[in-house]
Amino acid sequence: MNDHLTQPDWENAHALSGAYAVDALDDVERARFEAHLRSCPDCQVEVETLRETAAALAVDPVEPPARLRAEVLAGIESIRPLPPLIDRDQPAAPRRRPWYTTTGPLLVAAALVLVALVTTVALRPWADDTEPAPELTATERVLEAPDAEKVAQEFPDGSVATVVVSRSEGRAVILTEDMALAPEGKVYELWLSTDGVDMIPAGLMPDDGDATVLLEGDASDAVAVGITLEPDGGSPEPRGPVVHVFELT
Amino acid sequence: MEPGVPAPAGDPHAGSPAGAGPDLAALLQRSARGDRAAFAELYDASAARVHGLALRVVRDPAQAEEVTQEAFLEIWRTASRYDPSRGSAVSWLLTIAHRKAVDRVRSAEAAGRRESTYHHQNQTVEVDTTVEAATASLEARRVRAALQALTPVQREAIELAYFGGYTHTEVASLLDLPVGTAKTRIRDGLIRLRDTIGVGR
Repeated sequence: MNDHLTQPDWENAHALSGAYAVDALDDVERARFEAHLRSCPDCQVEVETLRETAAALAVDPVEPPARLRAEVLAGIESIRPLPPLIDRDQPAAPRRRPWYTTTGPLLVAAALVLVALVTTVALRPWADDTEPAPELTATERVLEAPDAEKVAQEFPDGSVATVVVSRSEGRAVILTEDMALAPEGKVYELWLSTDGVDMIPAGLMPDDGDATVLLEGDASDAVAVGITLEPDGGSPEPRGPVVHVFELT
Repeated sequence: MEPGVPAPAGDPHAGSPAGAGPDLAALLQRSARGDRAAFAELYDASAARVHGLALRVVRDPAQAEEVTQEAFLEIWRTASRYDPSRGSAVSWLLTIAHRKAVDRVRSAEAAGRRESTYHHQNQTVEVDTTVEAATASLEARRVRAALQALTPVQREAIELAYFGGYTHTEVASLLDLPVGTAKTRIRDGLIRLRDTIGVGR
């Protein structure tokens, strides 16, 4: 079941940039590539330019029905825009440099010209796929561990949460996709349990439906990972409703 | 709305057929602050492009509408995360829409969408010619020309991945490529496309 996690060619993470840019990775690959992406400024720039390229392919506009506009505008009434992302939980990877900026509605074609001009030079350094990634973050080590064990849960709304635990690394990671945000004033709190009864706080989920979070604490002997809904700031022990408990084998 | 009058074919100085509209990046920034009017303007300026992509990927009109709606709600929710230094606003919008569309087709896999097998010849220029596509701008023509400049495998791999919503592993299987090589074709093709579109004008 962990075949993805032991693929030897995973070392060529760079080679996945194109597939990532067009959403052609499966969930596990995507999570792992995103973990890599955070520490690889070269891949970040490449993904951005390739996404820009892919977007240029979407050139067949179709006007949606007028009622959809009304539905969308009604829909946003009950959705709070997320606050800006203040880099706090990830040490900001040094970005190569803003390779172009836009304050205007940059015509895709024009953007591509710029991209091409800049990247013709900038792309060369990492044209070689085989260059090994620098050092792995703890999250990457878990995701790439040979003994990584994965438990996924799909929720009725289509969102998915996956726990990956590596006993050898002694850590666990949770990956979410499209998770509904915790209501105002609440937060999803993570828990580890070694006996299935006592729950040890293992951190809080960020305010983002698509997140990859390294659980705090030792997961070597964990038998379960839990998610509960707690008041902002979290609770020392689970009090709120249980969102899910992942049973580890 | 800009009239979308097609420029004479081959005009190397493509005016700004798609860029003459409102400043999407500024509208996104205002949306992030909860400005509904700005968001409505953003919707008007980009809904056709977003919906065109959703429809192309999911095929089913009703589902495409849902995807478009989900995408715009997500755009509203996450507008503050758009970073102009990392790409154009339209690319950011389409990235969100594409991801939603792909999630939709993958989760509906069992529901039989795949019976309309994509694996036919002629898919390369299989542009869904809708009425709106008739206004196909110079930009669109240039993109299509650039696609034609790829190797057939690169082109098919990109189209199956981007418009078909297939994973690179599925693409490899569909194109009878050794496992693991489709991702390389996709990447090489995109890089070439990027450079062609940029350099070719």
